[in-house]
Amino acid sequence: MKITNQIVEKHGLKLEEYSIIKKLLKREPNLLELGIFSAMWNEHCSYKSSRKHLKNLHTIGKQVIQGPGENAGVIDIGDDDAIIFKIESHNHPSYIEPYQGAATGVGGILRDVFTMGARPIALLNSIHFGSPSHFKTKTLLNGVVSGIGGYGNCIGIPTVAGETKFNSTYNENILVNAMAVGHAKKNKIFYSKAKGLNKSVVYVGSKTGRDGIHGASMASAEFDENSEEKKPTVQVGDPFTEKLLMEACLELMKDNSIISIQDMGAAGLTSSSVEMASKGELGIELHLDKVPCREENMTPYEMMLSESQERMLIILEDGKEKHAEEIFKKWDLDFVIIGKTTNTNKLTLKYNNKVEGEIPLDALSSKAPVYDRKWIKKKLTKSKIDTKKLNNIKIEDALIKILSSANHSNKSWITNQYDQMVMCDTAQRSGSDAAIIRIHNKQKAIAVSVDSSSNYCNSHPLTGGKQIVCENWRNLISVGAKPLAITNCLNFGNPEDSKIMGEFAECLIGIKEACEFLNYPVVSGNVSFYNGTNKKNISPTPVIGGVGLIQKLNKPINHQFKKDNSIIIVIGKTFGHLEQSVFFEEVYSITDGSPPEVNLTNEKNNGENVLEIIKKDLVNSVHDISNGGLIVALAEMSMGSDYGVKINKPKNLTNLFKYFFGEDQGRYVLEVDKNNLEKVEKILRNNNIFYENIGFTQKDYFEIQKELKIDIKELYKINNQWYNNY
Amino acid sequence: MNSSVIVFPGSNCDRDIAVALEKLQFKNKMVWHKETKLPKSDLIVIPGGFSYGDYLRSGAIAGKSLIVNEVIKAANNGCLVLGICNGFQILTETGLLKGVLLRNKNLKFINKDVNIKVINNDTKFSNKYKKDQVLKINIAHNEGNYFTNFNHLKELNNENLIAFKYCNKNGDTNKEANPNGSLENIAGIFNTKKNILGMMPHPERMVDNLISNTDGINLFSSLLK
Repeated sequence: MKITNQIVEKHGLKLEEYSIIKKLLKREPNLLELGIFSAMWNEHCSYKSSRKHLKNLHTIGKQVIQGPGENAGVIDIGDDDAIIFKIESHNHPSYIEPYQGAATGVGGILRDVFTMGARPIALLNSIHFGSPSHFKTKTLLNGVVSGIGGYGNCIGIPTVAGETKFNSTYNENILVNAMAVGHAKKNKIFYSKAKGLNKSVVYVGSKTGRDGIHGASMASAEFDENSEEKKPTVQVGDPFTEKLLMEACLELMKDNSIISIQDMGAAGLTSSSVEMASKGELGIELHLDKVPCREENMTPYEMMLSESQERMLIILEDGKEKHAEEIFKKWDLDFVIIGKTTNTNKLTLKYNNKVEGEIPLDALSSKAPVYDRKWIKKKLTKSKIDTKKLNNIKIEDALIKILSSANHSNKSWITNQYDQMVMCDTAQRSGSDAAIIRIHNKQKAIAVSVDSSSNYCNSHPLTGGKQIVCENWRNLISVGAKPLAITNCLNFGNPEDSKIMGEFAECLIGIKEACEFLNYPVVSGNVSFYNGTNKKNISPTPVIGGVGLIQKLNKPINHQFKKDNSIIIVIGKTFGHLEQSVFFEEVYSITDGSPPEVNLTNEKNNGENVLEIIKKDLVNSVHDISNGGLIVALAEMSMGSDYGVKINKPKNLTNLFKYFFGEDQGRYVLEVDKNNLEKVEKILRNNNIFYENIGFTQKDYFEIQKELKIDIKELYKINNQWYNNY
Repeated sequence: MNSSVIVFPGSNCDRDIAVALEKLQFKNKMVWHKETKLPKSDLIVIPGGFSYGDYLRSGAIAGKSLIVNEVIKAANNGCLVLGICNGFQILTETGLLKGVLLRNKNLKFINKDVNIKVINNDTKFSNKYKKDQVLKINIAHNEGNYFTNFNHLKELNNENLIAFKYCNKNGDTNKEANPNGSLENIAGIFNTKKNILGMMPHPERMVDNLISNTDGINLFSSLLK
């Protein structure tokens, strides 16, 4: 077949890129080769627009065993234990087919983690939908939630934390980001780099079908009105097979049979074989007639581009083939030697011994295009909000409005659909600042949380990038964990637009600054561009997934009040920053203004002191102050517990709205027993930490002196109705 | 006491139950579904999960597996058999327990802690509990909506074969306390000889205060008596 311009464009390649391909090959590619270039050169696989900026991220630290560049990041949690984790997007497929899109998102990220030798121990997700009133939102919400649950519940990994947000910016392009966390022994970590000549290349797992062909290319383009037609590019998940594949791989990983292993994720057989061989500076030869196929008459083109799920490519040590085969047969999985490593530095594809395609590997990896795209800075919008009209509403009404809104309602309608308890190590389930997972058979535990704040990032990407790392850090601190490292999922619009590219570049600068300052490196991640439909881009939405360590888990700490008459302390200074606040958005529909300032020094000092206080067992409960400000934090601590609060009116700040709803950063609420107060205050004073005693807990009522008094059962009811009525 | 946990492809609570049994000093063995012989067992546990992917119907394929023939033989010889969640579904598929588990009334997977009440404490499985004791136990299932025919329901009640019922904190077995639409709030049942217990809630998840509570422990310690 002659490759026409139209065919090139259909493969998502620019004509300029096609000329580079011809130059690299020194000839015209055939259709199979073109397909492979399109799979490897698309944004999703090549990071061609983001690479330049990603290089600047802070990725090092004593705790890092493996930073970005592998299937997932690896960190050291002491003894011989390592934690392996990563977050990934599945936005485009989930918009087209919510159940399967979300399910395979979970499946894909799990494979990234167990490929490296870890048994997955926790799943998290960050899901963003359009406005609740948009006609598609309800179906998408239902489909995505049951897809995430369907996969995680079946494979038997607890889904322990996440966030769900609604915003019209996602009306035509939802976000589904899934994160997996696994535990491995430090000396048993598996990498994708191939080593040695003439080693067997083995295909294991499910058979290859025609699903998902060009999935990665789809994820590298904007949607238009014909997006529905892309349904066949969405893969179909089978969590049962994944469970078998996981157990089989972990069984084979017990000895030294595996040289390298790579899951077939985006761009399936193509990207896995190319990645392994190019990292090892080898060649690879595949005999496609040997690939187990689900459908008849599949062509080499279809096999190489299929994104059928639950498949792995393994390079085995000599003589281990039989042993490995026995394990995969025990689990009723396909096991076929489909090729070998070579010294040609080429990807060679044969069908019935006839060469169907041959491409130098560097053309697919190191020589793939990298773009230094134009980007422009965003200016901080000068405040222009007239605060005089704030007096028109009562604090009580504003609080109720927020607690009953889609974004701030209790999410148990969602989390009850996820098995959070399987594996019996979940010490803190969803609903608190972070989830806590005990390391099996050990006293230590990890805390995990995922966070984003697209409003802040949209108004000022640099501050937003910084803020979101800090918030994630704060969430781990709040459950008594020392934050160790993060993974990030960078969801942005079209990078060819300099404004969008600017959002990306600036968010990354913010993320880098915060990570560096907090010694909180990025160890893995994923970039998702082209989130938008018909030229309408989503707000920049970097999502941060963090992992922290609790050295000795004696008693999990969470955000709910525990006792009557304990002292409530606010750590960190309240200035009353209302722009970009939930209060403005939910009560007045005002979305202008700049986000709250992030002071990294205060953030770090405040956090470290809170951690010390928790470690010394001086608090009953802790909650970070984030969206909605102090009053929402206090309400969240009350709802679902038996205790409310009695809060004094602030002495210094006269504007109550600013005081209660302001979203100043770096703040925490602590519930402290009277007999521990002196010790806590001493620590804070000695370290020059700003704090205020603002009141105490009381039975049954949520009360602000002379302003409001509500039964906490009533608050709970208000907070729990939105999902059930939707 | 010797216990065996049957492991099907897709079982995912097998490790959890083994941990609980070993905590209670059972001598436990894991038994792969392709085995044709059971080790010497005083107790056989069929764990939760999605055996064979639960394709076709929950528990349907597992109910026809090789090892299950051995479980049926052992059960008929009086061996104690405990089926939890998917294990309960499998037991109904084999006919060892009567009735079926339909999809939850709200058509969604449900994972949460619920209260259940001990209806019959005069059995090998429940003698350490008090009658009408209210427990807080985690449930996690898509198909836990127990249903059976009129005559069998009568038999369950007359012969005291209902093990647990969903209830509220105070022990009332009302409609609001029923998470999945189960007939008469039934959460677990015995066979006529009371050597087989099938239940949807997961007692193995409730053996450690650091993780949840210890309301499940007495089920296992009852068996040791």
